[in-house]
Amino acid sequence: MVTGTVNGTARKLPPIAEIAVAALALIVVGGITLASRLPHPAPLPVLIALLAAAAGLVLADVVLLARLRDFAWPLFFTVAKWTLLAYAVMYGILEFTFIYDHVTGSTLAVLTLMLTVFSVDVPLLFGFSVAKYADTRPAGG
Amino acid sequence: MADVLVETPSRPKIQIVPVRGLPIVAVVLAGLVATIASNKLWPLEFYHVVGGGIWTALDLFLGLVIGPILAKMSLQARAEFSARFMPKMLLIMPTLVTMTLASGWQLARLVGNLEVGYPKHWWLTASFIVVGVMTVIAIGLLEPANIAVLFEMRKPEPNGEVIAKLMRRFVYTAGVTGVMQIATLVIMTRLSSW
Repeated sequence: MVTGTVNGTARKLPPIAEIAVAALALIVVGGITLASRLPHPAPLPVLIALLAAAAGLVLADVVLLARLRDFAWPLFFTVAKWTLLAYAVMYGILEFTFIYDHVTGSTLAVLTLMLTVFSVDVPLLFGFSVAKYADTRPAGG
Repeated sequence: MADVLVETPSRPKIQIVPVRGLPIVAVVLAGLVATIASNKLWPLEFYHVVGGGIWTALDLFLGLVIGPILAKMSLQARAEFSARFMPKMLLIMPTLVTMTLASGWQLARLVGNLEVGYPKHWWLTASFIVVGVMTVIAIGLLEPANIAVLFEMRKPEPNGEVIAKLMRRFVYTAGVTGVMQIATLVIMTRLSSW
């Protein structure tokens, strides 16, 4: 049966998902900025600023997550692990395309770092989105 | 708070990722890598047009046809539909998006679209912005909700409020996704007629 009882969902949690989406948006803006300037060189200071801001948000998310108590960690890590595996295939294809197209130097470094931040951010977002609805109360509680 | 109880005659067994579909995804992605490595016009166009066409059609069909129908169904019916439908979407959508974007990028390089200067280049930039907005909506909002709904429905007693709350995201974002997909159709038909 499907019930309508609020079971552990009324719990107030930090805005981890919102921060992760903001980091994702910054990475996407960085990608658009880079792509829109082609074939001219990428505006590196702008890209680095966007990357740093996204990395800062992901780091803040990791800190907020680490401070959570009574959280469904096994479920979080299960979802995050499989998400990372699935998205690693996509990142791999993207990285392959960049290298195949002779993207080199600082542009490749920034793109790779963006994908790295992405690869932490997305599994974190998916894992948190699932685990926050898990009941962490002991059985019968 | 009063419980909303809905009797379920038989609850579908929920598999988060349909394992039987993984070999198909692997074949499609291997073909994509081979296509990019070959850097030939026809395979790149095939991957981009087929992937993009199905992606756009699916998004519009889901947003404009299936979405409104689902919204009028009972929570129990929606939950049963989602239990069978969402695992398939979990494989189909990322595969379509990857094949469309990766082949599209390579195709744009091959035919020289990326070399075009502004103001004509704005058409390309607009397509990047459209894809960016759809990426944030899909990965940031819809996919986490999709997975959370599936995990919720695997519980012995799924919480209807949680499922309803998460599924509202699909309704809220359907309009934006629809507009973005129509913009994609306009931009892509314009680019292909350069």
